[in-house]
Amino acid sequence: MNIQRRDTLKAGGGLGMLGLLVAAGLIRPELAEAAWNKGAFDAKSLDAAMAAMGAGKPAESADVQIAAPDIAENGAVVPVGVVSNLPKTEQISIMIEKNPNMLAATFDIPEGTIADVQTRVKMGQTSDIYAVVKADGKFYMSKKEVKVTLGGCGG
Amino acid sequence: MRNALKPIAIVAALVMSHGTAVAQSTADDIAKYREMIADGNPSELFEMEGEELWKTPRGPMKATLEKCDLGMGPGVVKGASARMPRFFKDTGRVQDLESRLLTCMQTLQGIDPKLVIDGKFNSGERKTMAALVAYVVTHSKGDKVRVDMTNPQMKELYALGERAFYYRTGPMDFSCATCHGEDGKRIRLQDLPNLTKHEGAAAGWGSWPAYRVSNSQFWTMQHRLNDCFRQQRTAEPIYASDVTIALSVYMAAKANGGEVMTPGLKR
Amino acid sequence: MANPMRIRASAKDGVTEVRVLMSHVMETGQRKDASGALIPAHFITELTAKHNDKVVLSAQFGPSVSTNPYLAFKFKGGAKGDKVTVGWTDNKGESRADEVQIS
Repeated sequence: MNIQRRDTLKAGGGLGMLGLLVAAGLIRPELAEAAWNKGAFDAKSLDAAMAAMGAGKPAESADVQIAAPDIAENGAVVPVGVVSNLPKTEQISIMIEKNPNMLAATFDIPEGTIADVQTRVKMGQTSDIYAVVKADGKFYMSKKEVKVTLGGCGG
Repeated sequence: MRNALKPIAIVAALVMSHGTAVAQSTADDIAKYREMIADGNPSELFEMEGEELWKTPRGPMKATLEKCDLGMGPGVVKGASARMPRFFKDTGRVQDLESRLLTCMQTLQGIDPKLVIDGKFNSGERKTMAALVAYVVTHSKGDKVRVDMTNPQMKELYALGERAFYYRTGPMDFSCATCHGEDGKRIRLQDLPNLTKHEGAAAGWGSWPAYRVSNSQFWTMQHRLNDCFRQQRTAEPIYASDVTIALSVYMAAKANGGEVMTPGLKR
Repeated sequence: MANPMRIRASAKDGVTEVRVLMSHVMETGQRKDASGALIPAHFITELTAKHNDKVVLSAQFGPSVSTNPYLAFKFKGGAKGDKVTVGWTDNKGESRADEVQIS
């Protein structure tokens, strides 16, 4: 099994990449589509997205921390980091209240992985960013406003 | 804390809507934003593609660019772009990185420079060029701008570049200097570097080529210059023409000694 | 054929930090092209990261994740030379996997 980057480039015409992924155990074929939470990602309101995630109305918690800029020069790239200090954190989600689809990303945190993730999201306009954390079966959240000087969804 | 500060900020904004205090705190916040995205510049993806292209046999001659001489000897990439534009004996002229890469592509690989010169940005061989540029400039990051201004041809191009910089043209009667000839100018929240001074030239020249987050593209200096002409609403310069190289010589000479921060990360 | 990722993994004081840059358009499906036609959505939906054979992170993305996505995370353990593998699939069924050694 060889999936180093140069070899994958050259393997282009041969074994399909999905095949490689499956062989590498990175993707279980039966889960490849099924796991994606369509209901949550397609939700058009915060409540609907929370409901689809099974989060209900999570309690605000100071143990959920959001690292994001106060102002984003360009909404196309807004850095967002979430740290959860709650014991048994098993999932972290990032939501942008005023985006057409609220849910940006969900991270499942297995045991041994630190509840500290960073990514970058698009924001159409100034909005609250929500971090929703599932810890020991319960949901918690915190939010932070990010001002956007130039929307990041138009192009 | 945040809520307590808000009314004060609003009052301040009302009292002095163009006030320096507000502008300064916005500038600080934007600086923080830039710092947060500096790590993990997506230009790395273009750099990887460029490295692959550098080492891949291409063109009618099915050769790689690994023997390309960017002025430091065949195949030497490290520090090369920090010293460009420079005079090349074999071609008998001053070349910037892109015109030099065109020479290498033509002589080593048999690729017709017209494919790039007459091409479109973000497609075909110009896209290839952008990746190659990303690869090369990454290997001068942290170096100092060191262009040789003792060379007579460099001096000649500097003079041409200076004239081009102040040359007013187009329906708006703009020159490069209209936006980049004074301190403290900006468009929206973008501070515009004063390219006529060392500090501004070092900031501008030192941070291009760059990845642009607004369109997820990697822009070379030729692309950057082309867009300045477009914003002047005047005729676009021919890719890698003398005037574009001259403008680069002008900026690089002003930036001499400044830090190379390429590839940059821009709005 | 999807372009390669840039993965960096470094171990320090018993914690491995992984940083990933993926090459992907992350098209939202809400933008229009020059002729006014809607550009179809095209974005990474799922990602899995493994340390040797153990899953250390799995993620689901929506179209709000930025173009050329960036991801950073940390897990306990990991030693120099261990393998870290990251794979993604997108909504069109395209995929990509890359591997690095922890430095």
